[in-house]
Amino acid sequence: MPTPSPAKARSQRPGTKVNSLQDEIDRLTERFGTERKALIPILQEIKKRHHIISGYAMQCVADRLSISPAEVYGVVSFYSFLHEEYQGRIVIRLCRTISCDMAGKDAIARQLQNDLGIKFGETTDDGKFSLEWANCVGMCDRGPAILVNEQVFTHVTPEKVQEIIQACIKMYEKTPDLFKKNGHSHEHSK
Amino acid sequence: MNIRNEVTFSTIRPRDGLKAALEKSRTEVVDDILRSGLKGRGGAGFPTGIKWKLAAEEKADEKYIICNADEGEPGTFKDRVIFSEWADLVFEGMTIAGYAVGAKTGIIYLRGEYGYLRQALEDKLAARHQEGLLGDKIMGKEGVSFDIHIHMGCGAYVCGEESALIESLEGKRGEARNRPPFPVAKGLFGKPTVVNNVETLAWVAAIFALGPDWFKHVGTEKSSGYKLLSISGDVAKPGVYEFPMGTKISAILKTAGADRPKAAVVGGASGILVPAKDFKRAICFEDVSTGGSVIVLSEDRDFLDILENFQEFFADESCGQCTICRLGNVKLLEGIRLLKEGRCTTKHLQKLCTLGAAMQAASKCGLGQASPNMFLSVLQHFKGEVLGRPQAEDHFANKRKAS
Ligand SMILES: Cc1cc2nc3c(=O)[nH]c(=O)nc-3n(C[C@H](O)[C@H](O)[C@H](O)COP(=O)(O)O)c2cc1C
Ligand code: SF4
Ligand code: FES
Repeated sequence: MPTPSPAKARSQRPGTKVNSLQDEIDRLTERFGTERKALIPILQEIKKRHHIISGYAMQCVADRLSISPAEVYGVVSFYSFLHEEYQGRIVIRLCRTISCDMAGKDAIARQLQNDLGIKFGETTDDGKFSLEWANCVGMCDRGPAILVNEQVFTHVTPEKVQEIIQACIKMYEKTPDLFKKNGHSHEHSK
Repeated sequence: MNIRNEVTFSTIRPRDGLKAALEKSRTEVVDDILRSGLKGRGGAGFPTGIKWKLAAEEKADEKYIICNADEGEPGTFKDRVIFSEWADLVFEGMTIAGYAVGAKTGIIYLRGEYGYLRQALEDKLAARHQEGLLGDKIMGKEGVSFDIHIHMGCGAYVCGEESALIESLEGKRGEARNRPPFPVAKGLFGKPTVVNNVETLAWVAAIFALGPDWFKHVGTEKSSGYKLLSISGDVAKPGVYEFPMGTKISAILKTAGADRPKAAVVGGASGILVPAKDFKRAICFEDVSTGGSVIVLSEDRDFLDILENFQEFFADESCGQCTICRLGNVKLLEGIRLLKEGRCTTKHLQKLCTLGAAMQAASKCGLGQASPNMFLSVLQHFKGEVLGRPQAEDHFANKRKAS
């Protein structure tokens, strides 16, 4: 039987979820490099997979890129698409900027809050949805506009809100790994 | 369906521009762009030929061409439409720029909000590789090589500012740099870098396909060519339109079917408010300049609502480096809310105007410099409409009396 590589052995040991994150970051540095310019692509990838960039993840990335964790935190806190807190699998971002505002975004905002049972900046208890504001998403001729993860919905009306939520649930049930608890779920608790 | 009138880009065959450019020497390419009179379409309007010439003259082992696809100015969406419809023209413009200045690497800084465009762009880039339009020996020409990568932004408006964009590409917070040095001398990783807007680069391909004189002869003396405008707000037909530079705002509003317009916001949150009496003014660099955003306000709109929305935007998006921009935008927002509540004294308003002027003068980058524009514009034209608003409590007091 071939001896497993040390990295593999580590990830296979029971109860070492933390190390699996380290391994994952190792693989990301293989892909993006260990120079400073790799920082944002690595963080974007971590965010996409885990819906959070935890303090521990920031520490690991800092180690790999040989920079201070404070530098990593500085970057994570700067960009609105990176997040040090857990966000739902489905992030709904409603454009709040001028043309969407004029097109009636307030009613959409209220209905989203009602139907999801959360306020802007919050995540549902089941971890499925987060509700956020976005600044102009470049759909000003078809407002109100919302981004759902990377998908865009335009000409949204209050009665369409529930339809969109249902469509999201269906869409993501088809790709269940998006709802699957991640390896290091202990980091998700706020 | 976003495009509302005849657009030149639809008539350009991809490859024509690139082929014509590669038949010329590098200096001839720069000269053609100078001769065309092309100026940046991203907002600042810097002559593209001069930018390229400066970068071409730099001696360096590496240079970069960056396509600024951060399109974050409220009310702007033409770059999205260009990428959806004519991405090849943008890639060609970048390749021509690379040839002209001696850069082998191109980077598209695509805003995170446009993530859904990415796959199609990657596919098109791969196809161009296959066809010998990217990579080594482009179109069979010895020594001409160029590659294009896509970098995704992460939701920060200030990263559209070129030096903040470069910081972001280097893996840092998107905080604007002091200039000089300018990116053409010391840009990405300290190397000479040309940053151009998506639309600017698409025009480059069109200029080589149709000739610099064709472009020069459209528009005005100081603003050659056409401009794509993103029109939204109170209009019957919002969307992307092409107009020759120098077109009067009234004509533009008529084409888009403006509904009883009271004013137009030209240039987005960083732009200016043009009241109806000034609709005879023209869109061009020497009159009303814009990166492409036109938002029409009908008579039913309240300027304070509009201002509040813009000021929330700036307070949210300021990178926070300069105290005057970070705090100034919050102060202006508070002031607008006081006006809305009918509680702003004339004296306080005067102070806010002085603050606005200071922000224009003392901010490090264009975000802070432009952030008070709309506030000052509204006060200049419509002061009477924003002063002396009823106070909420009055209203209730009166009601009680009546019952
Ligand atoms: C706050 C701020 C945001 C900007 N956003 C953009 C943008 O989204 N796209 C763009 O092309 N230029 C933007 N610019 C202008 C760029 O700094 C730069 O002038 C432009 O990309 C140069 O390209 P051009 O000469 O082809 O217009 C922005 C400037 C500022 C100050
Ligand atoms: S002006 Fe504002 S956005 Fe620009 S560098 Fe200063 S604080 Fe940052
Ligand atoms: S204002 Fe909402 S997409 Fe531009």
